[in-house]
Amino acid sequence: VNQFLNSLFEKDLIPRDSRVKMLASLHLIRSIELLISENYEEQIFRCPVHLSIGQEAIAVGVSLHLTVEDKVVSTHRSHAHYIAKGGDIFRMLSELIGSSWGCCKGRGGSMHIFDNSVGFMASIPIVGSSLPIAIGLALAEKNLNSKNLVVAFIGDAALETGAFYESLNLAALKELPLLIVLEDNGYSTFSNKLVRWPASKNVRETIQGMGVTYFYGKGDDVEDIYKNISDIIKRVRSYEPILLHLETFRRYEHCGPNLDDKLGYRSKTEIESYLDRDPLKILELKLVDSGVISEKNLKALAHQINDYVQDSFMSMKNHNRDYLAKFRTSD
Amino acid sequence: VSLTYTQYINKAFDECLHDDPSILLFGLGVGDVGAVFGSTANLQTKYGADRVFEIPLSENAVTGMALGLAMQGFRPVMMHQRADFSFISAEQIINQIAKTSYMSGDIYKIPLVIRMIVGRGWGQGPTHAQSPHAIFSHIPGLQVVAPATPLEGYYLMKESIYCDNPVIFIEHRWLHQTVEQSDKELIMPNIYKARIMKPGSDLTIISLSYGVIECLKIAEVLAELNLKVEVINLRSIQPWDINTVIQSVTKTKKAMLLDIGHIEFGLTGEISSVIYTELFNLMSHPILRFGLPMEPTPSSAALAIDHYPSIENMLQKIKNHFGFNFELKKAIQIFVDKFPYKTKHRDQPDIGIIGPF
Repeated sequence: VNQFLNSLFEKDLIPRDSRVKMLASLHLIRSIELLISENYEEQIFRCPVHLSIGQEAIAVGVSLHLTVEDKVVSTHRSHAHYIAKGGDIFRMLSELIGSSWGCCKGRGGSMHIFDNSVGFMASIPIVGSSLPIAIGLALAEKNLNSKNLVVAFIGDAALETGAFYESLNLAALKELPLLIVLEDNGYSTFSNKLVRWPASKNVRETIQGMGVTYFYGKGDDVEDIYKNISDIIKRVRSYEPILLHLETFRRYEHCGPNLDDKLGYRSKTEIESYLDRDPLKILELKLVDSGVISEKNLKALAHQINDYVQDSFMSMKNHNRDYLAKFRTSD
Repeated sequence: VSLTYTQYINKAFDECLHDDPSILLFGLGVGDVGAVFGSTANLQTKYGADRVFEIPLSENAVTGMALGLAMQGFRPVMMHQRADFSFISAEQIINQIAKTSYMSGDIYKIPLVIRMIVGRGWGQGPTHAQSPHAIFSHIPGLQVVAPATPLEGYYLMKESIYCDNPVIFIEHRWLHQTVEQSDKELIMPNIYKARIMKPGSDLTIISLSYGVIECLKIAEVLAELNLKVEVINLRSIQPWDINTVIQSVTKTKKAMLLDIGHIEFGLTGEISSVIYTELFNLMSHPILRFGLPMEPTPSSAALAIDHYPSIENMLQKIKNHFGFNFELKKAIQIFVDKFPYKTKHRDQPDIGIIGPF
C-alpha cells in the first residue's frame, strides 16, 4: 500500500488492524478523486477523467493481496487501481495536469497510467484490449517461473469485445497465473446492460465453458472481498486462471468530474440504492459498530488523509508552477 | 551451397534462438508440418514448444500477448503467413504496440517483431496479396523493413529481433525461393541504409522487396541500350534512407519508383515529395511512379496480369516519360531473351514456385 499509509501505521497513530488499513486506503482514493472533481473546473487537470468513486472496494480488497512484484493492468478508470497498488500520488496528479513530473512524463494522462516500479504495468482505455496484454505479462511470469500473478481489472462492456474471448481461451490453454477482476457497474457510458446483453446471457456458463474458473460476488464491502478471495489468489498463483465477477456502483458520470443524476438514465431508486452501497460508509459503520475504531479516531484518520492529499496537491502545483502558468484560464 | 531466402530466415531464427533465451517464435503454422513455408522447420524440435509454438486462431489477442511479453523483457517474434491477417490485430499494433514506449514515458522498450508475408499471383486475390508497409509506416512508433535478397533477409531478421523497438518485417512470397546473387557475403555496416544494387548516372530507380528484383531486370535491359541506371533497394522503409536517395537523384536528375503496394497515398508519393522538396530545381523530369492501381487485387490470373505493372509496360513508360532514345521493340526483345520465363504463366514467379502457394 501507499507509503503514506504505512507511515501512519508505523507512528501508531491509528490501530494496526488490517480493516483500518482498508479504511485508510478507501479514504485515500476517495479523497483524491474528490479533489480531482472539485478542482476540475479550474481546468488544471487537462484531460478526460473517469473517476472511481463508488468502485473503490474492489481495487483495495484485491490489491491488499498483492506484492509489489505482482502485476496489474487497468482500464480508462485507473485511479483507484493505481493508488491501491501503491502508486505515487504526486506523480499521478502531475500526470493528470500533463507535466513532465508525471509517471508517464505527461504523455499518457489519466487514461494511460503506467508505472512498472509498483507493478502497475499499464492502463488501456480501449475496452477489452488490456486482456491480451495481461495474457502476455502472465505468460512471461510463467516462463520465468515466478510466483507472481497478474491482475487485469475490466468492466462489464469488455465482455462484448472479441479480445475478451480470445484472451480467455489463451488463459485457459496456457494455464496462466491470471486473475481477471470484472468490475460490473452495469453501464457502458450511459448504456444499461439490458440493451447490450441478451436476457438469456449466462456469464457463469460462458466463462466456465471457456475453461476458466468463475466466481461471483458483491463488490461493495471491501472486508468481504478481501477475506473471500484469499483462496482464489492462491489458486491463481498456482496457475489456475480465474475470473472474479463483482457487482459495483459507478457513482459519478462515466467521464468527467460530476454526478449525472439529472440525466435520468438511472432511476431514482437505483441512485438511492447507493446510500447502502457506498464502500466507505459500509466499512466505517462496521468498524465503529464493532468498536475497532472510535468516532473520534475515525474523524482524525479522515482528516489526516485529507490533509495529506491537499498537501500533495499543493506540492504538485508548486513543483509545476511554471508549467501551470502557461495554461491559466484567468489570463 | 547457396541458401534460399526461406533458408536464410530459418538460419536467422535458429541462431537467435540459440544465442538468446528471451527470444520466442509464434504464429499460425510455426509448429505445424508446413512450418511457415519451411522457414520455421526444425526449430520447435530444437528449442521446445515453450519457445517455438503454434497459436490459436486469435491474431488480435496473440499480438497483444506479444506486447505483454515484450514489456516483461522477452523478444517475441509473431508471424503471419499473409500480411492481410495482421489487420485483425490492427488495434494492438496501432493503438498499443506502436505507442506503449512513448505513452508510458519511456519506461518500456518494446523489442518485438511482426513478420508479414506478402502474397502475389496464383489466385491470392483481394485479401491475400496486400503489402501493408505504407499503412504501418504511417504510424509513429513502428519500424518497417522489407529486405529484397536472402542475405538481407537474414541480416535484417536478426537486426529486427535484437532491435529494441517494434519492427514490422515485410517478406514477399516471391522471394522465398531466390538464392543469394552476391559473390561473397555482403558486409552490411548498417542494414537500415538503402543499398545501391547497381550504380548508374542516367536514371535512379527506387524500390523495395520483390520490386527490387524487377527493377534490376529493367536496369540490365537498359544497360544493353547504353543507359546507366542506378537501382536503390530501400531495405528499411520506416525510417528510410533519405541521404542515399537524394545523393543518387542529385547525380541522375531523374527518378522512377516502383512500389509493391497501391499507388495512392503510399510509399511512392512520400518519397517523391521529399525528392521534390530537396531537388525541385535540379530535376530534369518529373518523377515516374509505378504501383498497384486503386482496385483490390483480383484473384483471376487473367485480371491480375493487368493489375501488376509489367516490365514491358514499364519500359515503354520509361522511354516516353524521360524521352530516352531507344527502340522499345528492341528493349522488349532484350528483356525476353535475357529473362525467359521458365513457366508459361505470369501469375507465378519465374523461378522455384509453381502454384498453389
